Amino acid sequence: MSLLRIDNLDLDIYGTPILKGVSLEIGQGEIHGIIGESGSGKSMTALSVMQLLPEGSQCRGAVHLDGVSVLEADEAALCAMRGDAVGMVFQEPMTALNPLQTIGAQVAETILIHQDVSRSEALARAAKVLRRCELPPEQFPLSRYPHELSGGQRQRVVIAMAIALRPKLLIADEPTTALDVTTQADILRLIQQLVREDGMSVMFITHDLAVVTGLADRISIMRHGAVVEQGGGASLHHKMQHPYTKSLFAASSHQPERAVPAPDAPLLKVEGLVRSYPAGRRSLFGTAKRVLAVDDVSFEIQKGESVGLVGESGCGKSTLTRAILGLEATQAGRIYLGGDEVLSGGQASADVRRKMQVVFQDPYGSFNPRHKVDRLVSEPFHLLGRKATAAEIDEALVSVGLTPADKHKYIHEFSGGQRQRIAIARALIIKPELIILDEAVSALDVSIRAQILDLLADLSERYGLTYLFISHDLSVVRSITDRVLVMKQGRIVDQGPSEALFSNPQHPYTKSLIEAVPVLPGA
Amino acid sequence: MRNLVLGLCLTVLFVLGALVSFVWTPYDHAALEIANKLKPPSLAHWFGTDHLGRDILSMIMVGARTSIAVAIVAVGIGIGLGVPLGLLAAAKSGSLLDEVIMRSNDLIFAFPSLLIAIMITAVFGPSAVNAIIAIGIFNIPVFARVTRGAALSLWTRDYVLAARVAGKGALRISVEHILPNVTNLLIVQGTIQFSLGILAEAALSYVGLGAQPPTPSWGRMLADSQTLFMLAPHITLFPGFAILLTVLGLNLAGDGLRDLIDPKLRRGAR
Repeated sequence: MSLLRIDNLDLDIYGTPILKGVSLEIGQGEIHGIIGESGSGKSMTALSVMQLLPEGSQCRGAVHLDGVSVLEADEAALCAMRGDAVGMVFQEPMTALNPLQTIGAQVAETILIHQDVSRSEALARAAKVLRRCELPPEQFPLSRYPHELSGGQRQRVVIAMAIALRPKLLIADEPTTALDVTTQADILRLIQQLVREDGMSVMFITHDLAVVTGLADRISIMRHGAVVEQGGGASLHHKMQHPYTKSLFAASSHQPERAVPAPDAPLLKVEGLVRSYPAGRRSLFGTAKRVLAVDDVSFEIQKGESVGLVGESGCGKSTLTRAILGLEATQAGRIYLGGDEVLSGGQASADVRRKMQVVFQDPYGSFNPRHKVDRLVSEPFHLLGRKATAAEIDEALVSVGLTPADKHKYIHEFSGGQRQRIAIARALIIKPELIILDEAVSALDVSIRAQILDLLADLSERYGLTYLFISHDLSVVRSITDRVLVMKQGRIVDQGPSEALFSNPQHPYTKSLIEAVPVLPGA
Repeated sequence: MRNLVLGLCLTVLFVLGALVSFVWTPYDHAALEIANKLKPPSLAHWFGTDHLGRDILSMIMVGARTSIAVAIVAVGIGIGLGVPLGLLAAAKSGSLLDEVIMRSNDLIFAFPSLLIAIMITAVFGPSAVNAIIAIGIFNIPVFARVTRGAALSLWTRDYVLAARVAGKGALRISVEHILPNVTNLLIVQGTIQFSLGILAEAALSYVGLGAQPPTPSWGRMLADSQTLFMLAPHITLFPGFAILLTVLGLNLAGDGLRDLIDPKLRRGAR
């Protein structure tokens, strides 16, 4: 007897077909993984179960939850169902909680809506649920506000809200995507444990194959609004039939081909770098404390080398990047690029700046929406004090796999992967020696990510580029770098050649990072 | 969408009336015809005549000129000074300059605007020009705040970081990357301030501190008619409706523009 049964579900939004004949079943106590790239309809499938679809949506087919037809239920019945029979965990723990309410009140709210209990009783039960989610009230009193918690702790609060009423079905929509690897491992373990204790069923939506293969009993792979393949969790990749499933697995463990460069001269040299911020004052007259974001960091990057910098969020990676780019004043230490000091007299000169460029994480926020591609791409020419010629723009676009005709378009006409190509073209156009890739592939789907990694490997060979590859994703770093620096709390705690570091980690922190990474079976 | 069309129609109607009045009005707006005073609306005088026998339609058309001119220049002063100040404050956010600019804004905000406008015109003499200056000064902090707020969030965008990596300075980034992306907001705020400007001008004229006779002004017409409105309601109603409909039109247009421009609010507009 299955708990959730979706039969041949079609969904249109304003006449545009979003889901086409989706059928799946989730049994009692089963974890069902739904995998797909962005736009494949995995979130819409979940929202159809909750009937929380955007305006203009039309469902056909049948969705039965515990024997009740969801599509035929009225709004009152649906409200009673949401939160009670079905709980939901969202991707972004930063926005899923109300910043003005305490965590206790938010968890208790779910209980108060659905059950006729007193406020104090609801709070007592909220404390119990939070303890189950490993936020014991002794350390995390109910009166805490979301901003006083870390990302992983907030996600625990969100999970507590979802399971407060012991729902039969838990829908988790990319619950660990916004989290660090070690936190992700903790949250996944927590979800598994709760499922075992409560006998809940889980619909686990993710784009990350590795996360779900170790967790799910069954997996559905979605593409373009349809389920292309279903199978039993760990065994799926052995028996996979559909070419899309195969390509997805291949892309997830993709290794771009790279030539190993001969060590040359040091290009970037960082010596004893310190960057600290003033922290909030505790009292009116007290001196402000300073937070050390980068604490005495030294390293070198050889010309033509590709170096990875890994660490969890808040470890100081981004601050270090900004310091290297000469965007922020530093408190101590020196940075040399090709023999010249980056910051001389508090200001980075155009001469030094033209030797380095950067590619950012977010393909949507990296471009001024009001400029056309030719203007966007040629922006670094400001450093050379002249305008880019049409030939130079064309060359940059062609080198990243776009066409010269694309330069007359606006950025919104491009997909995420294409935008990231344009970002690389912008970094490449003045032929810098060093390109800093700040989580440059983290926001991309696996198949697009594989393409971009290939492109980067190809470009470094062709133009003799040096990369500083900053990422929290260890598998990506492993595949594209020669050497890796591991950063923790503003310090570089470990470094070494990529293969050696990953296959035989020595430092305990590196070990814990690598152990936390979910692996694809057989990969 | 419906609001936007309605608002734009009303606005265009009054702007047209003002423009047409430069070349043609039904009667000379300043011609007194005491024999014809307080005539109710008729075919000859569509909106009737006032207590001095002047044609009210003509006066409203010419009065629209005053209202629109005062409001446009006042909004112009606000945008011309407020936007650069806001951009500057955002570019140097956290610095002493930012503090000075924003605290001066607070200072201006702290006074009731109409009261200060009355004070300025009382000190420098009542005239349309002084009314413009008084209303304009109060538009500066409005635009400075709106601009700074929007610009601050734009400064954290990656494309601004990319521009900094390309070696561009704060001024250049403000003009190239920040300003074009706050224009939407400024258009919306501009329409709203425009309607407030018309209201303020009418209020100042009403207390006799705006445009001076014989230049017609809607506020002045209302003031002139208040003792006679029991006798001849039309001389109050028409200038009153002129103010009401223009302000309504501009507000609807402003709201509609905001909905149109902001994709987050656009969903319901299909």
